[in-house]
Amino acid sequence: MEKRAIDWWVGIFVLLGIAALVVLALRVGNLSGFAYNEGYVLHADFSNVGSLKPRSPVKLGGVTIGEVTHIGMDPKTFMAKVTMRIEPKVKLPTDTGASIYTEGLLGEQYVSIQPGGMPQDLQPGGTITMTQSAVNIDQLIGQMVFSKASGK
Amino acid sequence: MAADALVELENVHFARGPHTVLDGVGLRITQGAIVSIMGASGGGKTTLLNLMAGTLAPQAGRIRVAGQDLQTLNFGDLYRLRRRMGMLFQHSALFTDFSVFENVAFPLRRHFRLDESVLRKLVLMKLEAVGLRGAAGLMPAELSGGMGRRVALARAMVMDPMLIFYDEPFTGLDPISVGIIATLIRRLNDALGATSILVSHDVQETFSIADYGYILAGGKIIAEGTPDTLRASDSELARQFLGGKPDGPVPFHYPAKDDYATALTGVWAAGEAI
Amino acid sequence: MAFMEFIPNLGRRTLRTVPNLGTASRFLLLSLFAVANRHFSIQQLLKQVYGFGVRSLLLMMVAAFFTGMVLGFQGYYALVRFGATSALGTLVALSLLRELGPVLTALLFAGRAGSALTAEISSMKATEQLSAMEMMAVNPLAWVVAPRLWAGIFVVPILCVIFDLVGIFGGYLISVPVLGVDGGTFWAQMQSNVAFSGDILTGLFKALCFGLVVTWIAAWQGYAAQPTAEGVGNATTISVVTASLAVLGLDFILTAFLFT
Ligand SMILES: Nc1ncnc2c1ncn2[C@@H]1O[C@H](COP(=O)(O)OP(=O)(O)OP(=O)(O)O)[C@@H](O)[C@H]1O
Ligand SMILES: [Mg+2]
Repeated sequence: MEKRAIDWWVGIFVLLGIAALVVLALRVGNLSGFAYNEGYVLHADFSNVGSLKPRSPVKLGGVTIGEVTHIGMDPKTFMAKVTMRIEPKVKLPTDTGASIYTEGLLGEQYVSIQPGGMPQDLQPGGTITMTQSAVNIDQLIGQMVFSKASGK
Repeated sequence: MAADALVELENVHFARGPHTVLDGVGLRITQGAIVSIMGASGGGKTTLLNLMAGTLAPQAGRIRVAGQDLQTLNFGDLYRLRRRMGMLFQHSALFTDFSVFENVAFPLRRHFRLDESVLRKLVLMKLEAVGLRGAAGLMPAELSGGMGRRVALARAMVMDPMLIFYDEPFTGLDPISVGIIATLIRRLNDALGATSILVSHDVQETFSIADYGYILAGGKIIAEGTPDTLRASDSELARQFLGGKPDGPVPFHYPAKDDYATALTGVWAAGEAI
Repeated sequence: MAFMEFIPNLGRRTLRTVPNLGTASRFLLLSLFAVANRHFSIQQLLKQVYGFGVRSLLLMMVAAFFTGMVLGFQGYYALVRFGATSALGTLVALSLLRELGPVLTALLFAGRAGSALTAEISSMKATEQLSAMEMMAVNPLAWVVAPRLWAGIFVVPILCVIFDLVGIFGGYLISVPVLGVDGGTFWAQMQSNVAFSGDILTGLFKALCFGLVVTWIAAWQGYAAQPTAEGVGNATTISVVTASLAVLGLDFILTAFLFT
């Protein structure tokens, strides 16, 4: 094998490796989610966050517009305080609502945003007040079984 | 023996596990000489060469090459010393993934930065000397055993070493090549002012070029001297070896635990060491 | 009788392993640091990268493609029962990035390149080529072993990242066009659950460790082999078996440490 040919092949091989890593980073990993670092912060208080965790997606109409960055507990109100980062170009009105939904029956949980109609937008650091907590599947099933048993 | 000793061994002991190979060998090899070492097969001649090259270390005794004690030499100095040594291996030891040309060029490429044209000239000169310039482009697998040894010879001398070890340079060569290689060794030795140590069973050819000879038997030097004194030696051992007589003090057999008759008639369990 | 001998044999073997491991570690360190030796050659390194990497690439890609497709199928049938096929992308990607990519790459590498490496070095030893090199004042660790060791360390992560990508693509082809999972969900779910450093880079770190261990074992088995035809054969077998077991064992340890 010619020296030059080996150099070429090795060069191509290394480039392939780098290209594969870049594709993995952008397409598979959420390195593209870097964008959220520039996003603005919003808070929302829920009485129950279920299995929501940091890095869970925040969606509007099914499209991911941000992610959960932190989940804490407000010691005065005993409400779970969810901190999110939202893409800067998405401006939300002050009467926007937030709910926690589950994707499929056992899928992961995410924050779903329902935009309101007020002319003013939520400022960075603002709080969404209209929230609906995670649906507790145990409770739901319990209720269903109970109502079926008694309803007949 | 007034000249300086290039290689000096004092009371060297070497054992492979329980098997003693060298049992107190001492010798002095003068600068510029061709010295032959003869001895029975398995007698430790190759081992002796490896000790002088520092690839093996003795269990006891001292080995000095060019005034340096190999046992106290550090790795770097040992390697520096080896750049001035050449060795023709008993089994050629050519690099199988390099062509004949690259095999001979290898030490030059590794140690010097030479112009390709200079390198080519040096390598082809050595190949011409062993009669294989035409085979420069072949791979080692395409060579006969004897051709391989000649390439290995060219490689051993390409660095123009001060000390060259030849481990059985004549085996596997036809009579014409033997003569040519023998004169080549002599010529090279004189032209380079080198010192050669020659291990060989070919008594006639060896004595025709050697200045001095040692006979190794039973791990010891049993006779030494110029070819003429060795031939005239009244030592029974030396006469047996040089005359090629099967029985005598030099044992043909590797030591065994019991005698031959018992070994043949005796019963032994499978797997037991014989 | 065979059984009675088993226990003492095992003990003797273990006792022999300890000093052997010491010698092998010495060998590893000397070879790794031999990059500083003047007889270490970049050209040799590239030649090995070519031999190990470029020439295993097709094998890796085919293996990865099938692995990904099988993951797609199996994952789908496992998830569809819970109506959770939206998690299929995540499942395929995480399985490949964290486990299957590094481990399968390393196992294939041990079989493809590791065995060849052992055979090469041990037959160089059997034909005295290594001794000849020493005689020419060229350190075989620098000229022969170091380029191969570094090539292994360098090549396996690259092969692994390509394995990951091709595998995920194979999984995608089965999940989306064949099984009808929604493509947007497939990628979006994957993206939101795969962490660049936590999953991708740690997987590649695993691959790097495997590359080191496989080439180390292969080179050492070759270097320490009996210099005979039989010795060469034995060393090659032992090299593949030991390297594969070492990869699996090390994978367990690394997983326990890295993904907690
Ligand atoms: N690598 C080795 N491991 C174990 N024993 C060895 C090894 N090499 C040589 N021996 C033993 O050392 C002794 C001397 O071997 P050596 O090769 O020096 O003999 P020699 O004189 O060169 O023989 P020959 O003329 O056949 O080449 C032999 O008895 C051999 O059994
Ligand atoms: Mg010999």
